[in-house]
Amino acid sequence: MNLVKVAQCRALAAEIASDVQRYVDGHTTVGVERTILRAYGADGVDDQGVPLVNTAVERYREAGLLGRGIAFFLGRALVAGARNVQDAAERLAFASQTDGGDGDPGPDEVREALRPHTDAALARIDRARDERQALARRFPPGPSPLKYVIVATGNIYDDAVQAKAAAHAGADIVAVIRATAQSLLDYVPQGATTEGYGGTFATQENFRIVRRALDEASETHGRYVMQTNYSSGLCMAEIAWMASVERLDMLLNDAMYGILFRDINMYRTFVDQYVSRRIVARSGIVINTGEDNYLTTADAVEKAHTVLASQFINEAFALRAGLEEEQMGLGHAYEIDPWLEDSFLLEIAQAQLVRQIFDRHPIKWMPPTKHKTGDIFFAHVHDALFDVVGVTTGQSIELLGMFSEAIHNPLLMDRYLALKATRYVFGACRHLGDEIEFRTDGIVSRRAIHVLDEALGLLEEVRRDSIWESIGRGAFADVKRQRTGGKGYAGVVERGRDYLNPILDELERAAGTPTEC
Amino acid sequence: MHPTLPPKVRRAYGDRDGDGMVQLSFTLELSPSPRAREAAKRFAEAHGLAEPLVATMEECAAGFSFFVVYGRSSHQVDVSAIDVPEVRADPLTREEIEHRIVTRLGRKLVVVGACTGSDAHTVGIDAILNYKGYAGDKGLESYKGFEVHNLGAQVENEDLAARARALRADAILVSQVITQRNCHKENGRALVQRLEGEGWRREVVLLFGGPRVDHAMALELGFDAGFGAGTTPSDVARFLVDRMCGAR
Repeated sequence: MNLVKVAQCRALAAEIASDVQRYVDGHTTVGVERTILRAYGADGVDDQGVPLVNTAVERYREAGLLGRGIAFFLGRALVAGARNVQDAAERLAFASQTDGGDGDPGPDEVREALRPHTDAALARIDRARDERQALARRFPPGPSPLKYVIVATGNIYDDAVQAKAAAHAGADIVAVIRATAQSLLDYVPQGATTEGYGGTFATQENFRIVRRALDEASETHGRYVMQTNYSSGLCMAEIAWMASVERLDMLLNDAMYGILFRDINMYRTFVDQYVSRRIVARSGIVINTGEDNYLTTADAVEKAHTVLASQFINEAFALRAGLEEEQMGLGHAYEIDPWLEDSFLLEIAQAQLVRQIFDRHPIKWMPPTKHKTGDIFFAHVHDALFDVVGVTTGQSIELLGMFSEAIHNPLLMDRYLALKATRYVFGACRHLGDEIEFRTDGIVSRRAIHVLDEALGLLEEVRRDSIWESIGRGAFADVKRQRTGGKGYAGVVERGRDYLNPILDELERAAGTPTEC
Repeated sequence: MHPTLPPKVRRAYGDRDGDGMVQLSFTLELSPSPRAREAAKRFAEAHGLAEPLVATMEECAAGFSFFVVYGRSSHQVDVSAIDVPEVRADPLTREEIEHRIVTRLGRKLVVVGACTGSDAHTVGIDAILNYKGYAGDKGLESYKGFEVHNLGAQVENEDLAARARALRADAILVSQVITQRNCHKENGRALVQRLEGEGWRREVVLLFGGPRVDHAMALELGFDAGFGAGTTPSDVARFLVDRMCGAR
């Protein structure tokens, strides 16, 4: 591997991310401000199901005051005599008039008034992190690659049953897939939910229900079973916070996924991903990025380099949000046409390349989906070869292939059979990777060199044109998006000079900002 | 045709004609035990399998067993009694498709497509419309004769109808991948009703597509055609040309 080229890629990605970070540092969003209110302890919904945090933040956005930060107004309400944070947040939402923010108390006094609440907000995240670490010490997690499966019944109570069944069959990680429309909801639903198309709503209560089920499973099997959900869409940061205090272990979280695949505005996404990752960094959650998705819309052979380039960019953004490399589950996938000659070698090349470049990162390895046809018997073989690549190249987190992909959400027995087959392949090939050296002039090495070269070329282009323009011309996943297009742009607000956000300040101060990467 | 069976009747074919051999896999909420094995056998018998062999019984979750059963199905089907509407179109080549649009329509054929409702899965609509296509067959965008507007995912029927109207669409393609509790049918039917209500249903060719869609279902919902799993862009192109540029 050419280490000089890898270093060049990292340097280019750093420039690309720094350009975006200048924008991020000058802006906030309704999603970020709602997150801050939640972190301070505001909770609940009105009789229409509208969360209190939405009502409060929207009111201050409409009044043109959000550029000062919702924390500023929350703190002023506390100084003015609110009994507690909840009461203060209710005043922001429902008092007869909005607080114009004039006169005393000023930002310094407000920051002081908020201090105990700011400390409590951070302590809550830290407590969950400590609990997770203690549990993982008591019940050591399974060997790598960790076996990751999804449940998606739509009913959180069924999800809990399925999650335990998956743990029983050997799963290390259980993800509850979200209802399909949730990424575009600009609020987080409340409470336990039993109806959802394509998955189950991510709510704080639903997180608790599955966490309880998996804690029981960890105890039963003596193996720590991890919980995953989605910090993406318009409520990226709010969900990151909920996950951090409800002790989730992983979150799907990508700097660009929402822009490309959900048509969420790019300014909105870049600001939201930053704050969500600041919280994730503090909480010790591992993120899973979504580069695998690129290959579902673009060709996996022709566009392999876009995955690698995006991984460098995701890494650079994550570093700017204070994440450790050990928290960066960069994603990629086994999506090459299985009937292409030597497709297996091309898959090995990409997986090995990613493994070596991102050597400290818990790489997330995603199964074939695009070329699954409904022939479950063939699909089982297809998935087995995917498993071979996963274990041989030392991927860290493997989302198991399902033979019923393209037919229905996995049934209990589908998941069981996938786990059984994977247990076989991982066991049988456990040290295969240690036995292999790749010929320097062979298909695998030449392919890896080719992909790295192309990724370097793409990163040079993106650096030259900026990420904003590059996304506009379809550099990633063949999807084109415009700067002010997409959903959620109205929720982006420029920070005023006196913007106040003590929680974010603390998250930034404690983690520090890398000066290089 | 095998001499021992009456014409047009079919049984499952395993090793020999008429043996009816099928495999069945399922889960029962029972821990593995001789009793569970017997339960699986009776379950298979209740499905019409004679001499069921429980080939596999394994605990797949606490209190659940996974079974694989082989048996001889006692059922048969009379193929002569089956009438399935099929999408019919001339087997035109790419060049012939382009040629017909030019000579018979004399302008571009405008196609608007979307995944409607809450469905966020664009893989189907992208495979048919985007240049890249599917399984080596290029999408409608790659034809000179088609003007393609792919509106993407999670498009509401109301917006789809408005955009299609504004773009003077000749055809609307609706893709539905998510089918939980038949939401795809509800979405499809609602679109047809909307166009009828607005009075221009007959001015446009309506196509319904998705892995769980078939032609009969699409017709039942009020569409002009349905395209299921394995459909290629050229299947759709041929159908549209057949409809829009038929012999004049």
